[in-house]
Amino acid sequence: MRPLKAARAPVIHRSKPVTGPDADFASGARHEAEAGLHPSGVRLFGRRSRRFDPAPSRFSYRFQRWMLTRGVRRGLRLGMPVVLLVAVAGVYFGSEDRRDAAVAYVSDIKTSIQQRPEFMVNLMAIDGAGPNLSEDIREIVPLDFPISSWDLDVEQIRDTVTGLDPVKSATVRVRPGGILQLDVVERQPVVVWRTRRGIELLDDTGAHVERIASRKDYANLPLIAGKGADDHVAEALALMSTARSLGGRVRGLVRIGERRWDLVLDRGQRIMLPTERPVRALERVLAVNEVQDLLERDVAVVDMRLGQRPTIRMTKAASEDWWNTKATVGNGQKRP
Amino acid sequence: MMTDLYQSQRAMRQMRRQAMQRGVVAILDVGSSKIACLVLRFDGAGRLSEDNSIGSLAGQTGFRVIGAATTRSRGVQFGEVTAMQETERAIRTALQAAQKMADIRVDHVIVCFSGANPRSYGLDAQVELDGQEVTEAEVGRVLNACDVPDYGAGREVLHAQPVNFALDNRSGLIDPRGQLGQTLAVDMHMLTVDAVAIQNILRCIKRCDLELAGIANSAYVSGISALVEDEQELGAACIDMGGGTTSVSIFMKKHMIYADCVRMGGDHVTADISMGLGVPAAVAERIKTFNGGVHATGADDRDLIDIGGDTGDWEHDRRTVSRAELIGIMRPRVEEILEEVRVRLDAAGFEHMPSQQIVLTGGGSQIMGLDGLATRILGQRVRLGRPLRVHGLPQSATGPGFSSAVGLSLFAAHPQDEWWDFEIPVDTYAARPLKRAMRWFRDNW
Repeated sequence: MRPLKAARAPVIHRSKPVTGPDADFASGARHEAEAGLHPSGVRLFGRRSRRFDPAPSRFSYRFQRWMLTRGVRRGLRLGMPVVLLVAVAGVYFGSEDRRDAAVAYVSDIKTSIQQRPEFMVNLMAIDGAGPNLSEDIREIVPLDFPISSWDLDVEQIRDTVTGLDPVKSATVRVRPGGILQLDVVERQPVVVWRTRRGIELLDDTGAHVERIASRKDYANLPLIAGKGADDHVAEALALMSTARSLGGRVRGLVRIGERRWDLVLDRGQRIMLPTERPVRALERVLAVNEVQDLLERDVAVVDMRLGQRPTIRMTKAASEDWWNTKATVGNGQKRP
Repeated sequence: MMTDLYQSQRAMRQMRRQAMQRGVVAILDVGSSKIACLVLRFDGAGRLSEDNSIGSLAGQTGFRVIGAATTRSRGVQFGEVTAMQETERAIRTALQAAQKMADIRVDHVIVCFSGANPRSYGLDAQVELDGQEVTEAEVGRVLNACDVPDYGAGREVLHAQPVNFALDNRSGLIDPRGQLGQTLAVDMHMLTVDAVAIQNILRCIKRCDLELAGIANSAYVSGISALVEDEQELGAACIDMGGGTTSVSIFMKKHMIYADCVRMGGDHVTADISMGLGVPAAVAERIKTFNGGVHATGADDRDLIDIGGDTGDWEHDRRTVSRAELIGIMRPRVEEILEEVRVRLDAAGFEHMPSQQIVLTGGGSQIMGLDGLATRILGQRVRLGRPLRVHGLPQSATGPGFSSAVGLSLFAAHPQDEWWDFEIPVDTYAARPLKRAMRWFRDNW
């Protein structure tokens, strides 16, 4: 049985081979005269090959048909390598030692790559920070150089640096040449906040910058006081700039009841500002002051809390003076 | 019984449609001397060439042979299965090799065989049309009105093809659908074979895990491939000289109108040589193939053929026979076969045909000088036919021995309309379809 192909090999007719004793003679084999002396077992095993049958067995026929099925073939072509690969890998990594060895090998390679001089970081440069802050940063970012840039957690360094009070923002990057570059923007203190616990500096967002020992070191900065004042620094700054015309008379701003501001002047004068639109109220007081010299007089408190009814309170001495004047100047009789 | 046949043939048609959809079908020619298997791949209908001229084969084929194999047949005699196990093994052998060559799995198979006493019947019927126009239902009605002769128990209808339609006075219509008229008449050719043979083949196919998608008579299919179109149109006889049988089919107007089979073939010639010279059948077959002939000349007396042998007796193994002697053995048997064919043709009324063309094909037609002998016995117009060339057919399968396999491929690609391709009228349908389905199920599994 052979499949029919377009080109067929030529049929070669050989001359008849020699048979019988001549064949044995030619091949030099021992001639066995008695064929009947073969042990029967040999016959038993030889029978199959003796009978020539080109037909495929039922199993091989079915198997071949199965293998010719399209899905099965595709599955074998793709699935077998995958299964084989997984099996080999599974067997290989089944043992603990080999698994460890593989992990160690991989990490070795990783380390050798990471430790190349191209990836090494040798020093840290800090820009935009004063000497004190630089020292603080170097303290809280403890890196022992040289270090591989793979081991640097730049995000974490940035978060740490930004976590410092005087630092407003920071960018961290590894510059070519193996330098860890930190660009820091410091917070600028704009007000001094006095509390029961001490004196501290705040920036324009009200964030804490630094705790200071003495107000005198920052005499040029305005002073605010009171609980919750740090949340309204912007408003305080606006009020301070409005009160600029009062010059050196301004002592500071006090936050009252976490609700509203009092502008404190020297001689114990106070301007009580309302919760709503305090700048506008202060402007009114200043306008009156401009015309009437209100604050030059013996006024203890200018109460602007009610916009429709501004009120002033005179000092005790002034009141008594006024009463005396009234007693004398009136109808000439003293009050009882 | 008629309806059962109708159903099973329809089931086979359905199977064939499935195979066409899948695109692959196997062709199996179960012969007495060899089993040939072709694997066809259908790739759409045949296209004409780009410049609108008619391409090869007139664009008739839409398939390609992608696998071919042949094996020595076993367990088949006279074209019928006699030893089922052996036949099954041979089919398996051929099919496996063909599948291997095609590199694809084949599930549907179309089978042809030659034996089982084919017998032809000519049927006719005439009906009055309900309306003016001939519809498909009318065609089905007239086909069903055919008076089926009593072809005997244990026989099965293999082919039933309408060969001619007549509408009123006009005859010779190939397709009457859509035409107007009063009376529709049909001539039908029906071929019956022994049911046992079909069942045996069916069983063999089932045991090979295959689905039978069609079954045909090999006289018919070898006529399809060996006769050229003109011969089929004008009328011709195709004589397929196989191993165990010689089948005869007569074609007219592209329809087979008669088929018969002579239960003699090339194997009988071989057996004669084997007996006459006292050699084994394989040796006789070799001598016949290489040195055979039917016309002795003076030179043949001096042409000595080594018979050979393997007995170890020097005298016996060195025998020779002259070619004239060999021809003397072969010629009477070949003459007998051709005489028998002549008888069948006469019985069919071949001499009244307008064209007397006879085409010899099949493996047996390769005997040297056969055309000359056939001319003397069958008539002047005899030629040796080879199968049509189809795409992808290997060179070694283009010989006349493969005409029925190739014809079966053409048949698979373009089956002729048969009786069961038309709807049976409702009133003759059997009443209980479920019961019928159950029975069909039991018959086929």
